[in-house]
Amino acid sequence: MIPAKFDYVKPASVADAVRALREGGDDAKIIAGGQSLLPVLRLRLAAPSLVIDLGGIAELRGIRDDGDRIAIGAMTSYYDILRDDLVKQHVALLGQATETVADNQVRHRGTLGGALAHADPAGDLGAPALALDAEMVIAGESGTRTVPAAEFFVDYFTTAIGEGEILTEIRFPKYTGWGSHYEKFNRTAQAWSMCAVAVAVRVDGGSIAEARVGLTNMGTTPIRATGVEQALVGQQATAEAIRAAADRATEGTAAPSDADAAADYREHLARVLTGRAVLAAAG
Amino acid sequence: MTTTAEPTTTPSPEVGKARVRKEDARLITGRTRYTDAITPQGTLHIHVVRSPLAHAKVLGVDKSEAAASPGVIGVYTAADLGVESVGLPCAWPITPDMKAPQRPLLASSTVHFAGEGVAVVVARSAAEARDAADLVDVDYEELEPVLDMEAALAEGATLVHPDLGTNENATWVLDSGEAGTGGRIGDAIAAAEADPDSVVVKRRFRQQRLIPAFMEPRSCVVDPSGEQLTIYAATQVPHILRTMTTVTMGLNESKVRVIAPDVGGGFGGKIGVLPEEMLCVALANKLRRPVKWTETRSESMLAAHHGRDQIQDITITAKRDGTVTGLDVHLLADMGAYLGLVGPGVPILGAFMYNAIYKIPALKFSCTNVFTTKTLTDAYRGAGRPEATFAIERIMDELAVELGRDPMDLRKQNWIPHEEFPFTTVAGLTYDSGNYEQATAQAVEMFDYDGLRREQEERRRNNDPVQLGIGISTFTEMCGIAPSRLLGSLSYGAGGWEAASVRMLATGKVEVTTGASPHGQGHETAFSQIVADQLGVPFEDVEILHGDTQVSPKGLDTYGSRSLVVGGIAVVKAVDKVIAKARKIAAHLLEASEDDLEFADGTFTVRGTDKGKAIQEIAFAAFVAHDYPEDMEPSLDADAVYDPENFSYPHGTHLAAVEIDTETGRVHLRKYVCVDDVGTVINPLIVEGQVHGGLAQGIAQALFEEANYDEQGTLVNGTLVDYTLPSAADLPNFDTAVVSTPATSNPLGVKGVGEAGTIASTPAIVNGVLDALRHLGVRDIEMPTTSQRVWRAIQEAQGRSTQQTPVDTHSPGAGLGSIDPNNPQEEEVQ
Repeated sequence: MIPAKFDYVKPASVADAVRALREGGDDAKIIAGGQSLLPVLRLRLAAPSLVIDLGGIAELRGIRDDGDRIAIGAMTSYYDILRDDLVKQHVALLGQATETVADNQVRHRGTLGGALAHADPAGDLGAPALALDAEMVIAGESGTRTVPAAEFFVDYFTTAIGEGEILTEIRFPKYTGWGSHYEKFNRTAQAWSMCAVAVAVRVDGGSIAEARVGLTNMGTTPIRATGVEQALVGQQATAEAIRAAADRATEGTAAPSDADAAADYREHLARVLTGRAVLAAAG
Repeated sequence: MTTTAEPTTTPSPEVGKARVRKEDARLITGRTRYTDAITPQGTLHIHVVRSPLAHAKVLGVDKSEAAASPGVIGVYTAADLGVESVGLPCAWPITPDMKAPQRPLLASSTVHFAGEGVAVVVARSAAEARDAADLVDVDYEELEPVLDMEAALAEGATLVHPDLGTNENATWVLDSGEAGTGGRIGDAIAAAEADPDSVVVKRRFRQQRLIPAFMEPRSCVVDPSGEQLTIYAATQVPHILRTMTTVTMGLNESKVRVIAPDVGGGFGGKIGVLPEEMLCVALANKLRRPVKWTETRSESMLAAHHGRDQIQDITITAKRDGTVTGLDVHLLADMGAYLGLVGPGVPILGAFMYNAIYKIPALKFSCTNVFTTKTLTDAYRGAGRPEATFAIERIMDELAVELGRDPMDLRKQNWIPHEEFPFTTVAGLTYDSGNYEQATAQAVEMFDYDGLRREQEERRRNNDPVQLGIGISTFTEMCGIAPSRLLGSLSYGAGGWEAASVRMLATGKVEVTTGASPHGQGHETAFSQIVADQLGVPFEDVEILHGDTQVSPKGLDTYGSRSLVVGGIAVVKAVDKVIAKARKIAAHLLEASEDDLEFADGTFTVRGTDKGKAIQEIAFAAFVAHDYPEDMEPSLDADAVYDPENFSYPHGTHLAAVEIDTETGRVHLRKYVCVDDVGTVINPLIVEGQVHGGLAQGIAQALFEEANYDEQGTLVNGTLVDYTLPSAADLPNFDTAVVSTPATSNPLGVKGVGEAGTIASTPAIVNGVLDALRHLGVRDIEMPTTSQRVWRAIQEAQGRSTQQTPVDTHSPGAGLGSIDPNNPQEEEVQ
C-alpha cells in the first residue's frame, strides 16, 4: 500500500514543529507514532502534503513527578507508560488502559499524545484521561495553554487543539492509593474497543468516598459517567450497590451502531462493564 | 573398489522424527525469494483501476490525466490491449449444461463486482502506477446489485449476466437411490413421517463468506526477455498456471516457464489463474519489458477469491432409538460474479462427505450454484468439506437434542465400527481404514468429558452467569486429491496424479523434484525425511526441488491435502526405481546375483557375506560409467507419476469446552482437545503445526470471521482492522494428539493433514456454544457467533425483544476499520 506523495520534516524542537505547522498550512499533518496515521495514509483516506514527525523532539518524551501532578510528554510511548513506576503508583488506571491497546509492536510505536490528539472515540486513552481530569498542555506560536480534558474532546476525531498548535504534555492529578480498573470489550484481543469503562475509586472504610468513571466508544467523544459517579459516592462497595449505580452508565451517552454492536447492545455492555469495572477497582 | 560393510549402528529412522523444518530459517526471516522480491532489470509496475461499484455499466474511461502522470508508460483498457475476447478459465464444468459467463481480464462494458478491474496503469515504479490510478476517470451508470441468493433465483430477478438468461450457474445432484449406493431419500423421509417411532429434523445453516487472508499478498512478475516467457507468481499451482496461461492467452506451452518461488501461504486462495497475471503476460509481450504486479492488502481482501458462502437446508431422519435412516442436503452456493478455476466444484467436493463417519442408508445431495454481484468464491482450506462436516455434525447434535440423547452416544450408535473397514459409503466412496473408537476414547479422556458434563450441570443448576457448553465434532474428510478416473467422472478438467524425479548426483547427494508446490507446508523437510529413509542416505544429503516448470516439469501442484498422499508417494515410487537400478549395478560390481543382495540403510550387501556397496558408491560408479551392466543405461535417475487409487480419509474427534458470559454474550474457548488419525506421521512437528493452523482458521469461522457486504454490494470490512482475524491471544493452548491407523491405499500409510483442523473445528465450537445455551431456550446462532449475536439470542429466547442487529455499517467511530473508504471523513489524525 503506497500513500500519496508527501513531504516529511522531523523538527528537533517544539518551536520548530510549530513553525513547520504554520508554514505547512492546512495540508500539514503531525505524526506522533503513526499507528493510526500511517494506515490512513496508505489507504489514501488522507493525503497531506507535509508530514511533521514529532519523534525527534526529546523534550516531548518522558514521565516526571511535578509536585501534585504526574506530567507525561506527548511523545511518550505506550510501552514507556506501561513500565513506569510513577504511573503505577499515581495513575494506575492509565497504565491499565494502555496495556489493552492493540499489540506489543503498536505499544512500542504509539504515543499517549498521538492517541489523545487523534481522538478516536474507540481509542482507549481518552476515557482514563477524562475520568482522571487530566490537563492537556498545548503549544502554539503565542506560547502554551492548558485545557482540561473535559473541554479537550470536541467531536469525532476533533479536539480543542487549534490550527498551528501541538499537544505537548498531559498532566494527571495524583490518585495515589486509589483503586482502578479498565474493563475493555472487543471482538478480538487486538481490536479496538466496542465499549470500555475506565474507573478509579477511593474506598474509605468499606464505602466509596470518591469515584471517577469514563466511557470509551459510547459517543462521539470519551464520556464521563457523572451519574454513576454520583450514585457511587457514599455507597458501601457491595455488588448490589455498585450494580445499581452502574445502571446509570448510559446517561448522557449517544452509543454508536456499527457492525460489531448496535446501540442497544452497546448500552447494555456499558452498564454491565461499568459494574464489573467498579467492583474490580473497589475490590 | 569393494568396501567391507562394517557392522554399524543402524541410523534411527527419519520418518517420525520431529525435525524443525529446514526451510524455516529463510522463510521466517523473510530473507528468501518471495515473488515481490524479484525485480529483473527494467521492470515496469502495474496498478489496476478497480470498480468501487458492485454492478454498473462502464460508459467511458478517461485516461488522459493518468497517462500524463509522472513515470507512466501507458494506461490501458481491455480494448486497448486487444484482450476483450479473452476469458479466464474455469476447469470444472460440473454439469454439461453449466452456465458460464466470460470472465474478462478487465471489464469492458459492465462491472459485476466491487473490485473488478476496469483499466490498468503501467509505470516505471509501483508508486507512480498507484498515483496515476487515482487519475483514471471512469464514468459508471449504476445497476441494481444482486446480493441475495434466494432473491437471485426468483422470477424477475435482476440478472448478473443477462446473456445467460438466469442467475443459476448449475445444479448438481448426488442421489444414492439413483446411483445404487443406497436408498431413496424420498422413501426415507416418507417412512419417517409416517412412523410415530421416527423423527424428521430439518435445519437451515448458513456458511458465511470468508476471506482466505494469506500472509503474502498475491504477486507476479512476467519477464519476456528470454526464449521462454518466464512468469514468477505467488501461486499454489505453477504447473496448472503454465498450461492455463497458454490456453488462455494462445501461447505455445513450450514457450512459457512458470516459477513459484517461496510462497507465503495460500489456503486455497492462491489456486487460480488471475486477471492480473494474464494482464502482466499481455503487457510484457506488448511492451517487451518485465512487468510486475503486487496487490495491496486492501485489493487482496476485495478482489482475491473468497470462500464458503452457502445456505444449507438439511433434513435428517432417524428412528427414535437413534438409528439414522436418511439425510437430505439442499445447498445454495454463492459463486460471486464469475466462476473461478475450480469454483463451481467446491461445494461438490463436499457432496461425498455429508454422510461423514456414519452409516446412513439414504443420501441425497443437491447443490444449486448462484451468481451474485460479489467477489467470486473458490477454494478455501477444506473446500466443500468444512461445509459438509459442519452440516452433519450440527444436525447430529440437533437430532440428539430432539431425541434427548447424549450427542456422543448418538454418534457412537451410528458411526462405522472399526471392524467394518474397508467400508463403502452411501456416497459411493470406500473408506480404507479408520478407528473412530480409538480417537474418540483418547479425546474423551484427555478432555475429561464426564467431569465437564458435571460442571456444566452444576453451572446450570446454580444459574451461573457463565455457562459451559461442550461441543463435539467427530469428523472425517476425503483428501489426497485425487484418483484421475474419479475426477474424470466429475467432469474435472485435469487428472489427480503427481510426478516426482530422483537424481543421484556423482558425489552421492540426492536431488528430488516434486510436482507438488509448497506454500508453507514444509514439503522440503518431510520429503527429505522420506527419501533419507528409503535410500538410506543422510537427511542433509537430500534436496527437494519444486515450483519451477523447468526444474520439475510435470506436476499438479498443492491443494486438497494432496502433497504427501499423492506427491509423497510419487517420490517413493521414483526412489523404488532408483533402488532397482542400483541393485543391478551393485550386483554387477559385487559379482553377485541380484536376488542375493539385501538393501538396508543405504547399502547393498551380498547375503551371508560382508561384501557390500553403498548407494553413494553405486551412484559414482554410474557417473563414471566405467563398469556397468550392458543391458542398462549408466544412470540411477528415475521418474515416477503416481495416480492414487483412492482418496485418503483422515478422521478425528475434536472436543471444545466453551464458556459463555450470559451477561455480555462473550464466548470464551476454554479448552480444545483433538485427537486426529492422519495415518503414518512423517514429522510430528509439521503435523502439529498444520493442526494448530487449521484449528485457528476453523475456529475463526465459528467465532470471528465474516465478509460483510452492504446493501449496495460493497465489502464493508475489507481491512484487517475490521475483518477480525484472531491472533494467538484469542485462542487457547490446543491439546492435540495423534493416533495412527495407517491408510491401506498407499505404501507409506499416510493420510493428509493440511485441512483436518479447519474441517473439524467449526462445528465443535458452534455445537459447544449452543450446548451452553440450550437450556435457556436458544436453538441456533449464525456464524460467526459474536458476542452481540449470542446476547441477542439469549434475549430473544428469554422473551425480551431487542433491536435488529443490522446497523449502520458506515458509521465512523469504532477504529480505523470503520472509516469508510468510499466516504472518507474529514478527520484530524495524528
